[in-house]
Amino acid sequence: MFHIFCPYCQEYREEEEFHPSGQAHIERPAEPASVSDEAWGDYLFLRDNPRGIHHEMWVHRLGCRKFFNITRDTASYEILETYRMGEQPSITAASAEVRREQGVQTADGGWQTVGARPENSRLNEETPS
Amino acid sequence: MQRYSGFSLVKHALSHHENWQRHWRNPTPKKRYDVIIVGGGGHGLATAYYLAKEFGVTNVAVVEKGWLGGGNTARNTTIVRSNYLWDEAAQLYNHSLDLWKGLSQDLNYNVMFSQRGVLNLAHTLQDMRDVQRRVNANRLNGIDSEVVTPEQIKEIEPALDTSKRARYPIMGASWQKSAGVARHDAVAWGFARGADALGVDLLQNTEVTGFKIRDGQIHGVHTNRGDIEAQTVGCVAAGNSGVLAKMAGIKLPLESHPLQALVSEPLKPILNTVTMSNHVHGYVSQSDKGDLVIGAGIDGYLGYGQRGSYPTIEHTLQAIVEMFPMFSRVRMNRQWGGIVDTCPDACPILSKTQVKGLYFNCGWGTGGFKATPGSGHVFAASLAKGEMHPIAAPFSIDRFHTGALIDEHGAAGVAH
Ligand SMILES: Cc1cc2nc3c(=O)[nH]c(=O)nc-3n(C[C@H](O)[C@H](O)[C@H](O)COP(=O)(O)OP(=O)(O)OC[C@H]3O[C@@H](n4cnc5c(N)ncnc54)[C@H](O)[C@@H]3O)c2cc1C
Ligand SMILES: [Zn+2]
Repeated sequence: MFHIFCPYCQEYREEEEFHPSGQAHIERPAEPASVSDEAWGDYLFLRDNPRGIHHEMWVHRLGCRKFFNITRDTASYEILETYRMGEQPSITAASAEVRREQGVQTADGGWQTVGARPENSRLNEETPS
Repeated sequence: MQRYSGFSLVKHALSHHENWQRHWRNPTPKKRYDVIIVGGGGHGLATAYYLAKEFGVTNVAVVEKGWLGGGNTARNTTIVRSNYLWDEAAQLYNHSLDLWKGLSQDLNYNVMFSQRGVLNLAHTLQDMRDVQRRVNANRLNGIDSEVVTPEQIKEIEPALDTSKRARYPIMGASWQKSAGVARHDAVAWGFARGADALGVDLLQNTEVTGFKIRDGQIHGVHTNRGDIEAQTVGCVAAGNSGVLAKMAGIKLPLESHPLQALVSEPLKPILNTVTMSNHVHGYVSQSDKGDLVIGAGIDGYLGYGQRGSYPTIEHTLQAIVEMFPMFSRVRMNRQWGGIVDTCPDACPILSKTQVKGLYFNCGWGTGGFKATPGSGHVFAASLAKGEMHPIAAPFSIDRFHTGALIDEHGAAGVAH
């Protein structure tokens, strides 16, 4: 269960008061009629979907009902910061405190499940059938 | 490969069942293959099996970062059905259902496919209209759907609360009798054993960390066990498809979400069929071991952690108790999550990419288990011929630019 700090209410509240609303900082093309089908399709459907640091929009649905942004690690689920609409994140995949483990960006405190690991090397020992 | 039969069972009884053959080899990766499949889930293993069996391509490797069938294949709630609305999807899932019917025989492996039927409940007037529309569309596509009344539902599933007292009284349902459940692990193991016997190398604990791409053509993959070469690579990595696509410089219209499921303590037989409700938002069936197999919706945020959040579990069980009040004191035994790759139109992507020889089969989201044999079959045909199979062709990634979406949100409904 997430404990989310609403940057408007200035309080930690339980996840159930909130609703996730997808990737943040997506800009609608200023003149939809003049963009190509490719650009319009990309705007509507393509998402970053990273395994690691993600900036996403949430709404405090059962609270102040305002939208705001969260920077969260999608592998460890750790919430790294919350910030108001119109503001920019202070932690990004390029930040100094973000490290890369087996292709995944994790900020400190990260916890994750990943694939191939030394302790499973028995799976690589040759066996006949 | 030793064939399984009544005779082999008796024979092995004499040696206390201690000398059964291993299901598959653990080979050392070769330098190059004709085809590499990334992802050893049901879909990847089925692709490799049909490549070898139907299309004569046996120099194939399946590269799996964990163990075979440890992803969504081992985590789903095993519902198999084909009552999808649009022609393209109906063909794809029905092709799969046809293969399910002979799968245990074909693989010489009991996948425990049990056609016990699926009810999709309607609780509102709009639900009823949707059910009727979908059933009519199904019937035009030769799918055995019918609309059933609350009285008929009561006969099919007596434990279900069909009374007028319910908070969301049941007005009717769609009923697909040929639908059902199968044993998910057995599906992965059966395809793996069959593929191995035909010469396919199954490489476990082998993680793809990058692609070798030169002049817009794929030349192989980088892994934690060294580079492996191939001119054709098919990625079948479910929730991690976007991560792989990024390594190849491709962006996909996918979002990866946790999807949870639960099983209860084992009970005596109580459920006859699979009951699903989009409106109350939950579904349940009973496994042959006796546990209730329960699922509902995704967790709304992105996640790769293979676990979900507690509020979702609570909502799921609320829905089950609303439909089956008698389950209110059943205890849950286990709960888990898988990472599902949801697509904007709730249909999969089976497609070429801008990199020549690199294909993706993904976006099955919450409902791809039912498609395992069909998806593997048409994807194998596409990889072998270098042209998308006619059933797969409408599921090209181009549809997000042309607008030719195949909207199955109604049929996909409550995640399954
Ligand atoms: C809780 C739950 C319930 C579900 N219920 C149903 C249901 O009732 N009916 C239904 O039809 N569907 C259901 N589904 C959906 C279904 O499970 C999936 O659509 C289907 O199993 C996908 O199969 P797959 O083989 O593509 O994926 P997976 O089995 O997930 O296989 C993908 C494999 O790729 C591997 N991989 C990923 N990245 C790499 C890499 N870099 N290198 C090497 N290997 C990699 C993974 O380790 C994994 O083993 C459910 C899913 C969940 C999570
Ligand atoms: Zn608030």
